[in-house]
This record gives sequence, C-alpha cells and structure tokens, in this order.
Amino acid sequence: MSILCDQSTRLLVQGLGRMGRLHARLSIEYGTPVVAGVAPGKGGRVIEGIPVFDTARAAVKQTGANASVIFVPPPGAADAVLEAAAAGLELAVCITEGIPALDMLRAKRALDGCPMRLVGPNCPGVVTPDQCRIGIMPAEITRPGPVGVVSRSGTLTYEAVDQLSRLGIGQSTCLGIGGDPITGTTFLDALALFEADPETRAVVLIGEIGGSAEEEAAEFIQGQMKTPVVAFIAGQNAPPGKRMGHAGAIIAGGKGRAADKIAALERAGVVVARSPAEIGSTLAESVPSLRP
Amino acid sequence: MNVHEYQAKQLLREYGVPVPAGELATTPGEAEAAARALPGDVCVVKAQIHAGGRGKAGGIKLAKSPKEAKHVASEILGMTLRSRQTGPEGKVVRKVYVEAGCEIASELYLAIVLDRSAEKLAIIASTEGGMEIEEVAARSPEKIVTLLVDPNVGLAAYQVREIGFSLGFEMERIAKLEPFLRALVRLFVEKDASLVEINPLVVMPSGDLIALDAKLNFDDNALYRHPEVAGLRDPDEEDPREREAREIDLAYVGLDGNIGCMVNGAGLAMATLDVISVCGGSPANFLDAGGDADEEKVRDAFKLILRDPKVKAILVNIFGGIVRCDLIAEGVAAAASEIGLEVPLVVRLQGNSAAEGRAILAKSGLNVTPVETLREAAEAAVAAVGGPGR
Repeated sequence: MSILCDQSTRLLVQGLGRMGRLHARLSIEYGTPVVAGVAPGKGGRVIEGIPVFDTARAAVKQTGANASVIFVPPPGAADAVLEAAAAGLELAVCITEGIPALDMLRAKRALDGCPMRLVGPNCPGVVTPDQCRIGIMPAEITRPGPVGVVSRSGTLTYEAVDQLSRLGIGQSTCLGIGGDPITGTTFLDALALFEADPETRAVVLIGEIGGSAEEEAAEFIQGQMKTPVVAFIAGQNAPPGKRMGHAGAIIAGGKGRAADKIAALERAGVVVARSPAEIGSTLAESVPSLRP
Repeated sequence: MNVHEYQAKQLLREYGVPVPAGELATTPGEAEAAARALPGDVCVVKAQIHAGGRGKAGGIKLAKSPKEAKHVASEILGMTLRSRQTGPEGKVVRKVYVEAGCEIASELYLAIVLDRSAEKLAIIASTEGGMEIEEVAARSPEKIVTLLVDPNVGLAAYQVREIGFSLGFEMERIAKLEPFLRALVRLFVEKDASLVEINPLVVMPSGDLIALDAKLNFDDNALYRHPEVAGLRDPDEEDPREREAREIDLAYVGLDGNIGCMVNGAGLAMATLDVISVCGGSPANFLDAGGDADEEKVRDAFKLILRDPKVKAILVNIFGGIVRCDLIAEGVAAAASEIGLEVPLVVRLQGNSAAEGRAILAKSGLNVTPVETLREAAEAAVAAVGGPGR
C-alpha cells in the first residue's frame, strides 16, 4: 500500500518547458503512465511521446488522467492549480518554486471544499517506490517498504531516503510537502494519510525552522497516531530573521525556532535525530522491528 | 524585502492613509531646510535604517527649531546605531527623515501579516502602542486582538467594528478607523506585502487617526510584478555578500565560522550546518546553489564563499536529484583552478551521476578529499580546519 499515488495513477503534466519535459521522461522511464500534457496553444502536438492539450479539462476528458504535476512558472502556477481542480483531477503536485504567497493563499482558500488534493508548491513531489513517480525526485534511491517519509525539503528528503535504503529499510511513499509558507498538503494531512495506511509501519518527518507546522504535527501525533514517528528538524544553527533558502524557512519574532519544534515533538513521544546523518539509524534503533 | 520608514510612509500616503508631513535629508543642511518647510515649530529627526529600536538607541530626536534640526541631524547622520534589532555591529545612518511633530492623545498598535497556520491574512490590534508587539504578547497577551481575513472575501464591516471596539473606540471613531484599515488591507494585497505594521497608530486630541511609524515588508517572490516596490531596495542596508548572491540567484547567509559550505537545496544546506556543528565545527555560511545548479553557478558560488577571509576549508555537499553531479564536479574543478584554491576542499557527491562526478574530481589533480556520507563530509571538513572547536 501507499498514499497519494500508485499503479493506478495516470499522470498529466502541466507546463512542458525544459524541466517539465525532462521529468515527464524520467517518470515514464520509472514506469509511470504519463498520459497527457497541457500547454496552452500547443494542443495537438506530441512532446516526449505525450499527447498535448490546450486545457487540463480536455486532457482529462480524452485520457482519463487522474493526477497532475505542475511545472508552470511562478506567475501562472496558482492558476494552473485552479485549472487542475476544475478539470476534476484527484491530485495536483506543484513543483514550481517562487510563487507569490498571496497567490497560493487565494488558491488554497478557493480549493476549500474541493475534492482535489494539492501537494506543494516548491516541493520535490511524491514517489511510491516501484509504483509511481510524480515530480523531480531521484526515484532510484527509493525502495519499497514500510516507512512513510514526509518532508518540507527536497534534497534533505533524498538524504533521508538514501540513509533508509542503505540500511535496507524501504519506504511506502516519499512525500515532499514543500518549503513555502503556504502549502497544499500540511504535515498534519500527510501524517493522517500515513496513519490510515495499513502498510505504513513508521513515519520519518523532516521539518525545518519557520512557522508552526511541526508543533501542530506534534499535537496530532500525541492525540491521534499509533504509528511511531521519528523526526529531524533542519536549521538548528540558523540565525534569527534570515530566510534560509526556502521562502518559509525564517525565524520571525522569536517564533519558528528549531529548539521549540524539537521540544514539542519530543513531548509528543517522537524520537528526534540530532544529526541529519543519523535519520536512518535513529529510525532503525527506535523501531527495531523494521530492520531487515 | 524591507523598506525604510520614509518609503513606507510615501506608499501609505498614496493609499490615503494619514501620515505626518515629512521629508528625507542626507545632510544637516537639508535637514534644516526640510524642518523649515514643515508646518509648526517642532519636528522629529529620525534615523533611516532597516531596524527597529531606533528611539532607545538615540536615532530619533526632537528639535524645536530648524537650527536645532540641523544640529540634531549632524549628530545622527553618520553615527552607528546599535539596537536589539541591528545586532552588535550596528548600522551606519546615511539618511534622516525630518517629520512634523504630532500631538498624541493615545498610542495604539495595528498590523497585517500573513498567518501561515490559519492560512489567511491576520489583522493584529492592541491598545499597547509604541512597544514591540512581541513584548506585549509575552507580558499581556490579553491586550492583543487578532482577526482573520479571507483574501477572497476581504475585510468585513463587522471585523472593523470588532477591532474598533477592542481598541476602546466608539462608533464615531470606528467610522474613521474603517477607511484607514481598508487602505492598509488594500496596500497589503495590491503590493504583495508580507507585513504592514503601524506602531504607534496615534489618536490625536482631535480624534483623528495618524500613522506615526510604519514598517512594510514585501514578498520577495512577488517583486517581479511590482517594479516600483523592487526599486525601493537600499543596497546599503544589505550584507554585501548576500546582495551579490541575490544578484546571481544564490541563497546565501553569512555566519561566524570558518567552514565554507556549498550545498544544493535549502533543507540539505541547513542540515549541513547542523551536522558540522554536531561534529564540533563552525560553518562560515549557508549557501543553497539551487536545484538547477550548473557549472557557472558553482563557479560563482565558489568565488563568493572564498571572498570571506574567515574561510579555512570548503565543504561541497551535493545530493543530485535534478542536479547532475558530473556538472557540479566540472564547475568545482574549473573554479578551483581559476581561483587557485588554497584552502582544503572536501567534496561529497551523491545521487544523479555521482560516480562520473567523483571521477572528474579524481582526474582534476586538485587537492580534494572525496567523501561518501554526510557524517564523513562533516568530519573531514572539521579535521581540515584543525579539529573540533577550531
């Protein structure tokens, strides 16, 4: 089992620029059916072997696509999210970095009550090992297994997944929720999905400075989760008031510090790795039954 | 992005928010002329730096005549202001804002921010104006009122009343608050602000409202559609290396240590600082070369890191997802030979084309310590600067 995507996923690509084309091809090579592309004004063409449509609605109607990955540049990305929702897709994964926060805020409120789930923006995507690749993750470092991975970061997710795979511990689904202040899927949403997945027997949560998503996750873990959770929080040495690469990674007004997040998670019974080099080994020690 | 008080007030004026009359001055003579042009005898000379706590640090002074304004400005211009927000190194004052004095009946607090966890705009109001809101939150949180605004709905009239009554206003003054507040929300939304803070919001003896101090921050991601806001950037207020990094599209933050870091991805870059600290070392910088780093970007990043004289070793930590490690390796080799690298270099390449990348570095003839894992990378970098605590 898995969350969000599996062998039944039929993927649509919105935005077929250099990145969109490259990662569509890599997803196809991984075995994910990429059934359609959307590029307004380029309908009728075939790019990377993928039929292209002018609108998401037409693409869904013609191909039965049920998930979308969005590579549209920042000025049009929030619009692409709304277009995906209107087309009736179940899932949209927005990779685009640099979307104005207010655009996402408006789009997210517009999605209230809409059945589509949004992952991202500014995220690496979702991989269910050996089943489905949506986004830009190097899927070859994953292997199927019982651990759910959820993270605000891209490359740090790869680091954690790589550590797990090297220890022989596979993953149910690896999910990057993105580094922006407003994200479609939150830690809370992802934890609830993993908790409901019978095959996910442990979760690795990778947070970072800024906002209070980790504190909210801690509350949920304490009250609602039986699945063990191991965490790492990046930015323990970040100076206050400085944005650390991600739009959302900033300690502001004394809020969003790594130490507070670690304390909240530990109070909720989460084992928190102190070094990012020990994410895999911390999980292996805390949940011994996962070791191969 | 931050702007100065005088720029914030100009924007507020454009949106119809009442602010005192004022003028910018860069010399004592200009300050005198500005004071002469203002209504009334009393004026305030305010240091223009991107940090709060100016008053306590001696950066805001009252003057009772244009002559005194000139004298006060001569004291403030060129001084290094040190407040809680500037850090110990302080900030040099290059401009002052000369503003008409204002009669004060009471001081309030009003701000708009983007509330990340509610995912709405939040209007924050308090009767405790003139103090830092964090201080009020710690000491008397019951004196802070927060109201959430859905940007797709906008500010409702009942919300204006709720804020007004919480500030102790009666209906008559709430009628004055309404256009004031609506203008602030409009500015926030139209200009893609991330913070609009009026502190203090002054109630004058006449009952009129006026923004006595103003702080505006803007969403960097939205500057592309607001060239007029982007144009307000003051390069003097930025760390020179951070400015240079921004111009070549790298995310860089200078730190105090001696291990220069070049990493791809913000999360891994933060984690690299963390693992160096765990191993007893001290990072010189945060640097995210981005998900699409290529040879040229790597070379630029290298030069930037090496401009910091504190750097005694460089750690390159790349987990190739989108990024190809062989391209990074070529960039590292090119930069190192071009610059004539003199400090030890520790390189960790993982993921996409890592083996090819390692081969390129091995053949380059550079003095590189290749490492496999994150822990090895940090340990090798710490050893390269002489061991933990160095």
